[in-house]
Amino acid sequence: MIEISHLTKRFGRFTAVKDLSFEVKPGEVLGFLGPNGAGKSTTMKMVTGFLSPTEGTVRVAGHDIVTAAQAAKARIGYLPEGAPLYPDMTPRTMMKFVGRTRRMGGAKLRERMDVVTGLVDLGAVLDQPIETLSKGFKRRVGLGLAILHDPDVLILDEPTDGLDPNQKQQVRDLIRSMAEGKVIILSTHILEEVEAVCTRAMIVSEGQIRFDGTPAELRAKSRYAGAIEVEVDPGELASARESLGSLAGVASIESVETGIQSARFILIPSGEGAPLLDAVQDKAQASPWTLKSISVDRGRMDDVFRAVTTGPADSTERNGNLTTNTTTGGAA
Amino acid sequence: MHGIFTIFRRELRGYFATPVAYVFLIIFLILSGVFTWQVGEFYDSNQADLRLFFQWHPWLYLALIPALSMRLWAEERRSGTIEFLMTMPITALQAVIGKFLAAWTFTGVALALTATNWWTVNYLGDPDNGVILAGYVGSFLMAGAFLAVGAALSSFTKNQVSAFVITFTVSLLFILAGFPAVTDSIPDVLPTWFVAAIRDLSFLDHFSAITRGVVEARDAIYFLSVIALFLFINTTVVDLKKAD
Repeated sequence: MIEISHLTKRFGRFTAVKDLSFEVKPGEVLGFLGPNGAGKSTTMKMVTGFLSPTEGTVRVAGHDIVTAAQAAKARIGYLPEGAPLYPDMTPRTMMKFVGRTRRMGGAKLRERMDVVTGLVDLGAVLDQPIETLSKGFKRRVGLGLAILHDPDVLILDEPTDGLDPNQKQQVRDLIRSMAEGKVIILSTHILEEVEAVCTRAMIVSEGQIRFDGTPAELRAKSRYAGAIEVEVDPGELASARESLGSLAGVASIESVETGIQSARFILIPSGEGAPLLDAVQDKAQASPWTLKSISVDRGRMDDVFRAVTTGPADSTERNGNLTTNTTTGGAA
Repeated sequence: MHGIFTIFRRELRGYFATPVAYVFLIIFLILSGVFTWQVGEFYDSNQADLRLFFQWHPWLYLALIPALSMRLWAEERRSGTIEFLMTMPITALQAVIGKFLAAWTFTGVALALTATNWWTVNYLGDPDNGVILAGYVGSFLMAGAFLAVGAALSSFTKNQVSAFVITFTVSLLFILAGFPAVTDSIPDVLPTWFVAAIRDLSFLDHFSAITRGVVEARDAIYFLSVIALFLFINTTVVDLKKAD
């Protein structure tokens, strides 16, 4: 449904998107992740026909976005970053405008307006000027306009940015409910969001794909995936660390905090052999110290994200510099 | 056509949804009245025509049209709505024409509201209504030319004030091109046809030719060419610079 091949965008000497190629099929919800300036928005602007590619092609439902722009754009619903809207219009007049521009007839348009008003919950503000609406409402108006013509392809640039937790949940539910048979691409900073709504996660950094897989695969890439957090009495910390550290499947031990009541540490698995949990429990049974609690880490998205976006070589060292390293490009 | 019409409709409604329209209309009517009847000393002229009324129009447009045209594209670019607009299935040309026609229609409304002057001279005397009609046609064409210049220049910037100042300056040059002060300042080394060409660019010459009562094809074509040229520039700039 969306075929992107060798897509490149340069602004002067700066390359925002570098030779990007991928396809998205109907039913897929692709979460587009990456630090600020990674090329997410630039890619979305090219897919929606707002920016023209320096090199490469984008095909939407078989239509080339450059040579058959009108046909391609007709199939796309797009929520640009920040949901720009005309402040002097109301959600109702704005929907009418978009509907007419997209050649929807009177009865069809009225019907879709009713449906969309319900979906994004705009009933209360339908006739209020958009400039008087809160950020959450504005975002929902933008989303409503994007889905008004029931497009096959939905491109959402940070759809939940600036919403409160309830509104975020609403938007995520809405995206999930629409996913069937559609292609949805959304960009986000929030890793949990990818897990909550996406069937596929893609991490881009410096204009290139660094990861492409399911959200579960992404999480599994974390060095914490399958890690065991152990809690013991502070007095027994040293002996517990020593005996568990000697287990075959443990690569290293990370300290957490040591309080007066309890002490905790994390066993990082080496990734070889059986899961650690059984071995740890057996060891604890056989040892003189007492195990106060134990929990298995499913893997940390943030940790993978940092590792993937800061390059494979020296990921731990550069963690602190993430923002400064990646915002120098300045691409939107 | 469909794309042009939906844009046209939204834009025209937009004028009346904000105070801009009413401020513009009132100021236009007050100024055209004051210039004609007070400054122009209409009664003392003892002429039942609207020559005194029309002669101020280039200057009225010079001051007011940049204020109307400055937001056309600069505001879309500043607020980011241009991204929303240009990712719908319409072309840049359709959007440019739709916006221009809405603005032109709006100035047409302003012009139509001055018809009280027309009625007044008919009440006071026995004017040549053909000449007055020609004056209105000429004024409307000239307003379109000012607007097209303003729309094109508005697409170069995100800043409405810059758009206003630049449009004002360029419009002033278009008015002044026929004045001896401008043509005399062109160095003698340049051929006379060049000087004549500059003078031919003047809005004023073509407008006063029309207000004398004859809508000649060359004057009408002149204004329509200026409109077409600047809308072409406008479309090109929107296409190339929309995302900057």
